[in-house]
Amino acid sequence: MARKDFLDIASLSREEVDLLLDQATPFKELFTRSVKKVPALKGKSVLMLFYEPSTRTLSSFEVAAKRLSADVIDLDVPHSSVAKGETVKDTVDTLQAMRADYIVVRHKMSGLPQAIARQTRASVINAGDGAHAHPTQALLDAFTLREVFPDLSGRKVLIAGDILHSRVARSTSSLLLKLGVEVGFLGPGSLIPRSGPEGIRKFTDFDEALRWNPDTVYLLRVQMERQDAQYFPGVQEYHRVYGVTRERLDRIQGEGIYIMHPGPVNRGVELCHEVMDYERSLINQQVENGIAARMAVLYSLKPQTDLEDADPGKI
Amino acid sequence: MPLILDEAAIGEAVASLVGEIRAVALRGRIAIVGVRSRGDEVAERVSAALKEQEIDHDYGVLDISLYRDDLSHLAENPKLQSSDIPFQVDGAHIVLVDDVLFTGRTIRAALDALTDYGRPARIQLAVLVDRGHREIPIQPDFSGVSLETARMDHVIVQLKKTDGGDAVELVSKQ
Repeated sequence: MARKDFLDIASLSREEVDLLLDQATPFKELFTRSVKKVPALKGKSVLMLFYEPSTRTLSSFEVAAKRLSADVIDLDVPHSSVAKGETVKDTVDTLQAMRADYIVVRHKMSGLPQAIARQTRASVINAGDGAHAHPTQALLDAFTLREVFPDLSGRKVLIAGDILHSRVARSTSSLLLKLGVEVGFLGPGSLIPRSGPEGIRKFTDFDEALRWNPDTVYLLRVQMERQDAQYFPGVQEYHRVYGVTRERLDRIQGEGIYIMHPGPVNRGVELCHEVMDYERSLINQQVENGIAARMAVLYSLKPQTDLEDADPGKI
Repeated sequence: MPLILDEAAIGEAVASLVGEIRAVALRGRIAIVGVRSRGDEVAERVSAALKEQEIDHDYGVLDISLYRDDLSHLAENPKLQSSDIPFQVDGAHIVLVDDVLFTGRTIRAALDALTDYGRPARIQLAVLVDRGHREIPIQPDFSGVSLETARMDHVIVQLKKTDGGDAVELVSKQ
């Protein structure tokens, strides 16, 4: 694998996906050593460019980069609402000064990481752009599932929540389909995309979705800050209809179904409190695997920043 | 391709390594650690021979990809595999095993990788083939065969489990 950037799932070949998933395992094994750091990215710098607030993804990338011995620069970018053209220009000007080898970008605007990637020799990693993609989340999700089910093909994963506005749903379902997993969507009819990849089962009723016999239920986070009142029922109503309530947990437990969630969890909304102690909850593994998956991505990319031949417009 | 060592000659080279390592192992417990790839297969053969002679020892495998000094010069990074060091490295007497010793850079990386697991009492180096042309001051303690080669020659080691058969070939670059 010799790509410069990691921007979405759609452009990855099956071979690249398998390589990344395979390589996440040796990285995860490092976490049990007392020295968790390796020198692979020594002398390289990783710039964190998060225009949207995020604690989990940001710190996961930071830990991943530091365990590879890279220097991490966290650029404290203001919550930016400038127009797309200006944003890219501002960004590129900043990067020029920083001389980063890797740029990890999160922005509410879909396609911004792609735009930055075209203008820099640094490797660009998409850490979430609008409702478009969150490819490292997809990778850690697939890696987590593969630890439980070594052969993913034919397994069934039900993704529940606001599918329409979720980049997690988009990237994770796209990667799971590539790996031969059967994907189902569950949510209010207004929040399930009408178009999209073929072969996805769509449900509006949780109990009916459970009769489809999923191996795993993947709950999306309710974006409290982005909740569009006209689409959304109230929080309690949401929990009752689309959440894992105590009653549903009993059924899920009885059928041995695994539970996943990208975090952070809104307790009492997507999940009842008891899920946090459920033995088949993979939520904590997802956090640890996120670091390993992101190390695998950083390790496999090839920044072009060492190239001497100059296109002076590029850094 | 000119064949330098056939299966029988490789067998003899491994046997001579086993003889030397055995002498060390009889004086105190050792750990055999093979460097991926192919060093692990040589290490496996040495370990099996010691077991046959009922010499108890530890065994591990090391992937040194993350410790290489040339990662930023490669078009594609080597595929990372698992390391497996299932014994206490602190205070251990380790015999590091590789197939070919050339520039010494792989062993430099292996030493760094190993010391991230702990502080061994001693590390020794055993190689199946020493082909010369060191770029850093690293020398083997035990070697199966020493080959006269030119700097640009390629020494190709093939081993049963990895490559389907045993052979060492030398390809000269004109």
